[in-house]
Amino acid sequence: MSSMDCSNITKETIKRMFAEGKRFDSRGLFDFRPIEVSFNVSNKAEGSARVKIGKTEVVAGVKMEIGEPYPDSLDKGNLTVSGDLLPLASPRFEAGPPKFNAVELLRLVDRVIRHSGILDFKKLVITPGEKVWTVIIDIYPINDDGNIIDAASIAAVAALKKTMVPALDENGRIDYHKESKTPLQIEKDILPVTLTFFKLGDSLALDLAREEEEACDARVVFGISKLGDEYFINSCQKGEEVPLTKKEIDQIMGIISEKFEKLNEKLKKFF
Amino acid sequence: MKKISKMPTKEKETFKRPDGRKLAEIRKMYAKVGIIPNADGSAIFAFGDTVAIAAVYGPRQLHPQHMQDPATGILRVNYDLLSFSVYERKKPGPNRRSQEISKVTEWALSPVLDLKEFPNTVIDVQVYILQADAGTRTAGINAASLALAHAGIPMRSLVCSVSVGKLDKNLVVDLNKEEEDYEEGEGATDFPVAKIANTEKYTLLQLDGKIQPETVKKVLDLADKACDEIYEVQKKALKEVVEQ
Repeated sequence: MSSMDCSNITKETIKRMFAEGKRFDSRGLFDFRPIEVSFNVSNKAEGSARVKIGKTEVVAGVKMEIGEPYPDSLDKGNLTVSGDLLPLASPRFEAGPPKFNAVELLRLVDRVIRHSGILDFKKLVITPGEKVWTVIIDIYPINDDGNIIDAASIAAVAALKKTMVPALDENGRIDYHKESKTPLQIEKDILPVTLTFFKLGDSLALDLAREEEEACDARVVFGISKLGDEYFINSCQKGEEVPLTKKEIDQIMGIISEKFEKLNEKLKKFF
Repeated sequence: MKKISKMPTKEKETFKRPDGRKLAEIRKMYAKVGIIPNADGSAIFAFGDTVAIAAVYGPRQLHPQHMQDPATGILRVNYDLLSFSVYERKKPGPNRRSQEISKVTEWALSPVLDLKEFPNTVIDVQVYILQADAGTRTAGINAASLALAHAGIPMRSLVCSVSVGKLDKNLVVDLNKEEEDYEEGEGATDFPVAKIANTEKYTLLQLDGKIQPETVKKVLDLADKACDEIYEVQKKALKEVVEQ
């Protein structure tokens, strides 16, 4: 694979095929590629996970640090989502300070986790008003074959689910040599995911491979979770220059709960 | 979390917004173009205490040269908060939030521009927030849209932007900061939208919070109505400068 964008002839072909509901790998337009989730990528991390969606692979690790609360939320701990699109994962990624694509990915993962309620920030307080836990999730794609955002959010949540809070010494500092026995308190029933819908011509599709992504006109990422029987959209961001119509947004809202369930079904066996 | 979602819902009619506005009422708007003489186009747009200014420079030759596109001109937006526009001083310079807002503003505006007539050029749009009380990106988009029109850039239409919010279960238009921090019931959801005026084409969709999929349509309907009002304010501001 070269770093070249998708050629016009490929674009036209993908567009025509999408209009007929077809794809190169014979999936349906809203079907995901096979998903694999594994854990413990690094035993130095407080929690870590690897997610593969087809040939796309993303790792995420959680580190926890003791910090100060923000002045406007003294009774809450902090969450930071960090990472980068390393040149390791694709000829398209360049070295240097994080580019917009990387910044956007991290912010999108941050928002779906933050607003889904999987983390109770009030439970991250050590000394009220003074010391709190900062949960830092670092995300790195290992191989980019499209749909990095959805893979990254699954990896981030998977890593959180396995996170152990580091033990503290008598001075209240982290002691990495002491065995940790406290899992990070999270809402076990909440499994937030993102679903990134792509628009090409008049078609919508999910889980695009790199080449398909390159061909698309616009993209909209929805963060979604379920509380009891109710579905909630926790985040949304439209990307690229082509507008979305009200009809398209209605169509997505009509199927999003069902697609969420389908993805959840695939993920359940790993958690 | 489960307990929270079962809290009693306040009736729509009895829900009081902190500043006494009606549910679908936009804060007092102010728009004026031609505020920066050096710029090719400029505008100020305010939603109540949120004040955005925008300047357009270009089309002008794009440097470095290797970034030029011989097929079309390109739009480049820079959005930021001035350091004193918020209570906790904002460290000057771009951060992740401002980078993202710059990009989504670019995406929100570019569908109405046709820059094929200006190959190898760039149109720089600078958006700065003087005073922030929530809704800065939407005010910024409204100001930028006006500034582009004022600069005489060919546009298919204006772009109008507003944020629709959900406070617990009540949909309200144009959240202020106090409302954005609402924590009762389902809390606050902020749903900024931009659209091409008089169409059903949405060029910005973002969301933070917690909202049912079936409610999204109602949000768009409210945004449509609000954008119609914003469009009138924008048109009036543009007419004023022509009449001067």
